[in-house]
Amino acid sequence: MIYLDNAATSWPKPPGVLKAMADVLEHTGGNPGRSGHRLSIAAARVIYDTREEIARFFNISDPLRVVFTSNATHAINLALRGIMKPGDHVVTSSIEHNAIMRPLRSLEEQGIRLTIVPCAADGTLDIGEVEKAVSSTTRLVAITHASNVVGTILPITEIATIAHRAGALLLVDAAQTAGALPIDIQAMGIDLLAFTGHKELQGPPGVGGLVIADSVDVSRVEPLMRGGTGSRSESEEQPDDLPDKFESGTANLTGVAGLGAGLKWVRGKGIDEIRDHLKTLSQALFDGLATIPQVRIYGTRDNERSVAIVSFTVAGKSISEIALRLDEEYGVLSRVGLHCAPAAHKTIGTFPEGTVRLAPGVFTNMSDVQDAVQAVSKVVLS
Amino acid sequence: MTQYGVVLFYTTSSVMRAEKLLRTEGYSVKLIPTPRQFSSDCGIALRFDWDCREKIKLMLDKAKTEYDRIYSLDE
Repeated sequence: MIYLDNAATSWPKPPGVLKAMADVLEHTGGNPGRSGHRLSIAAARVIYDTREEIARFFNISDPLRVVFTSNATHAINLALRGIMKPGDHVVTSSIEHNAIMRPLRSLEEQGIRLTIVPCAADGTLDIGEVEKAVSSTTRLVAITHASNVVGTILPITEIATIAHRAGALLLVDAAQTAGALPIDIQAMGIDLLAFTGHKELQGPPGVGGLVIADSVDVSRVEPLMRGGTGSRSESEEQPDDLPDKFESGTANLTGVAGLGAGLKWVRGKGIDEIRDHLKTLSQALFDGLATIPQVRIYGTRDNERSVAIVSFTVAGKSISEIALRLDEEYGVLSRVGLHCAPAAHKTIGTFPEGTVRLAPGVFTNMSDVQDAVQAVSKVVLS
Repeated sequence: MTQYGVVLFYTTSSVMRAEKLLRTEGYSVKLIPTPRQFSSDCGIALRFDWDCREKIKLMLDKAKTEYDRIYSLDE
């Protein structure tokens, strides 16, 4: 079997991830931050250590500004709903996943003004378009770091400069890039970073987070949910302390433990080495698929400007049939369709049919990619 | 006999941070359930040698680790 659906969820996981999750359930089963006994304290340490790992990984100084969520979507909703108020202006791109687009469309109905900056058909973003869209009334620029459909990387540092010049904050959806590309919140000027654990950070599904830079006044950010935090329990009002303000209810201890182990594995391997490996694989996919005349590849086809995501269609063949045959006849697992990103598919010209998406991961090797290209070639020709 | 004090915190995350910080600096500290005579916001308190109170207070302030209060455990 050749698993090329790592952009949806990475698989397999490093062995340490499974072990960390089993260990925490077997030996550290207390409820973090709810009691003073040894198992509760041990659980709280697991959570805090992972907070520290994440803070270090994305380069922020205060681990308490790492808020755990269920996934990137949860983190994005927390940021958007927490910051935007009726009348506020928000800017996004035309390459977004529904994780950003749907909450923004919903907020638009509640009186938020939305500008969608058009991306080119290869997914690239002209920074001049962002400049035109942002004004002094813009509260937030909410944008993806890389397209989940074509892998195109957006110029985050330049977008941050434009946003900040106008007095706006920058929220980045790093679902496809955390663990795949170096991310330095301070150097890039990111104010809010939404990430998920289950992709290139090598953690399990069900855990992600929002990293909030010092530039964000958290007293002005509303929590998405309110409830028990184990802190200031005498009060019936939500506390303002971080991260408790945004973390009501019992934490996903197992998920956080797995994420912590995944992150350690990524740090051990080195983000530059991971990036190089994935670049080599995506280049081989571009090159291999380009030799099949019926195949049309979308995106920049430039592995310097994209993460390891390759989307294609085949002239005269339905994409779902290709995906099914790749799976059943060759054991190649892809993701087909609209990838929860109708805007992105409209941008690249593949709406409503969609594309076949191949996304290698850290455990994919070169022979997997060569076999997958062979399989596509056979499916296309027969 | 060692005389102890406790630091009370608002949040568990602050306790975790303080414990790491102080242990790294070589202080002997222990996390204990908050003694019941003090009403505390989170269930864990940090116990330390009362002799170190000024240094510990200074360290926590310097690292901007927010805490509620510091008490002596001496009855």
